[in-house]
Amino acid sequence: MISSQHNISSLSRADATLARVTGSIALAVAVLLGLVLMLLVKESWPVLAGGGWTRFFAGEGWFPAGGQFNLLAMLWATLACSAGALFIAVPLGVSSAVFSRFYSPNWLVMPLRRIMVLLAGIPSVVYGLWGLTVLVPLVARWEPPGASLLSAILILALMILPTVALTSEAALAAVPASNLQGAAALGLSRKGIVLGVALPAARIGILTGALLAAMRALGETMAVLMVAGNVVQTPASLFDPVRVLTANIALEMPYATGDHRAALFASSLLLMLIVTMLAWLAGRGGAHANV
Amino acid sequence: MKNIEVLFYRSSFRFVMIALIAASLIGTASAAGQKIVLTGSSTIAPLALEIGKRFEKLNPGVRVDVQSGGSTRGVNDARAGLADIGMASRALKPEESDLMAHRIAIDGIGIILHRKNPVQALSDEQIKEIYTGKITNWQQLGGEDRKITVVNKAEGRSTLELFLHHFQLRNSDIHAHVVIGDNQQGIKTVAGNAGAIGYVSIGTAEYEEAHGTPIHLLPMAGVPATVANVRDGRFPLSRPLNLISKGAPSGMAKRFIEFAQSAAVDDLVTAQYFVPLAR
Repeated sequence: MISSQHNISSLSRADATLARVTGSIALAVAVLLGLVLMLLVKESWPVLAGGGWTRFFAGEGWFPAGGQFNLLAMLWATLACSAGALFIAVPLGVSSAVFSRFYSPNWLVMPLRRIMVLLAGIPSVVYGLWGLTVLVPLVARWEPPGASLLSAILILALMILPTVALTSEAALAAVPASNLQGAAALGLSRKGIVLGVALPAARIGILTGALLAAMRALGETMAVLMVAGNVVQTPASLFDPVRVLTANIALEMPYATGDHRAALFASSLLLMLIVTMLAWLAGRGGAHANV
Repeated sequence: MKNIEVLFYRSSFRFVMIALIAASLIGTASAAGQKIVLTGSSTIAPLALEIGKRFEKLNPGVRVDVQSGGSTRGVNDARAGLADIGMASRALKPEESDLMAHRIAIDGIGIILHRKNPVQALSDEQIKEIYTGKITNWQQLGGEDRKITVVNKAEGRSTLELFLHHFQLRNSDIHAHVVIGDNQQGIKTVAGNAGAIGYVSIGTAEYEEAHGTPIHLLPMAGVPATVANVRDGRFPLSRPLNLISKGAPSGMAKRFIEFAQSAAVDDLVTAQYFVPLAR
């Protein structure tokens, strides 16, 4: 991978120009990310400075008007929503990828992939509207109020399913055909090939896809805001309404001032840290896959 | 000879420059004199901002600066002269008689239930007990055996403020099952849950109810929740939105207040879910 760069001994002039242009664009993206981080730190500084950050993990709860900024309940809710969505979407996504690579008739492969791409492209507010008018009333009939952790998990699972399915399919496609043919030559059944050869070989690619999906789930705002109920509490059951960090920011930012506003920026910083960690993990996974 | 010519050109150039700078200074000075500062209620601020934009378009060179900070700030700033116009989402108190209130719109909220819910009226006390979690089933209020889903607004919304103020509640006393952002989300939440109770701006709810959304507005203290009753000041769960001036307004402030009270901004008032004035 890396050594291929050094095979080109000298760049032509056109190449040099292109290198400068693309290089500066890449740099601009990095600078932009740095500026976003700086803004988040600067705006949240009033509450972070002087040990004020401990307020995010102590106190009675989230009562910004009373100066109480305990984020823990919303942090747990955020993690529970994403974990639950992964729990549903990963098995389904991987199964759908296995089907389209190993069992599906040829004519069905492309339509299936198109549908997945389409699902991935639906705006989140559309998912949210559907959730609010169809899913939430359905859950409410079962156990009111309906707007709950469960609804949020189901909506998120639907939203990240295409990511998981498409990345898993790509990972399975990258398994060398010789491995599969070798396994077939040894007399393994198709089930044996899938479970014993293809999935283990593709596992790092699948894992990376799942991490990318987790990042999307953590950052999703609009759809969750519409179906989760937005009550600040640590979820004790699937039917409890919860408020995730992103929804909190969207709900309160237009009206927040002073420390309240700074606390919202600090919660964005926290989200950014979690996502950065996941991205780093995904990057490590990707590096291993290429070895 | 040449030197003199050069000198002449130079000095005339300098003169032109000075004249230009002076003109631009005078220009900015007069534009700065055309600035209207409004401070106060965060309920009115978004509306004042929209009215300000339209006012600026109609009066080139005028700038309208809107800052929120609560009705109390609006009253204090208008009195101290820190703002040309204050904004207060309440009537003036007797001790504030040195100021003048100019009503620009009325804010009214209505309690909504699902259309299938047979409960037709609730007293203030009952609503209070529902929102504080003392009553949890519609059966206790003569309805069907169904759990009550309490729909509340997110912190900072003006509807929440008016609701809390009317029922003398604190937000931390409320046991909500769903917290919503805007009116539409509230209406969809109640429309999708037969046991839900919520409160939203009357204008939106009346429109949705008339267009087939399965909700119904409850009367308050026997007064039906309609835009007309809010406009007449008969509906209890409502409040005036006022611009405040110290004494009779004059100059640009007077023109702005007259513009904000005119029919030319009714569409802006309605777009913010407030009720325009009766004229």
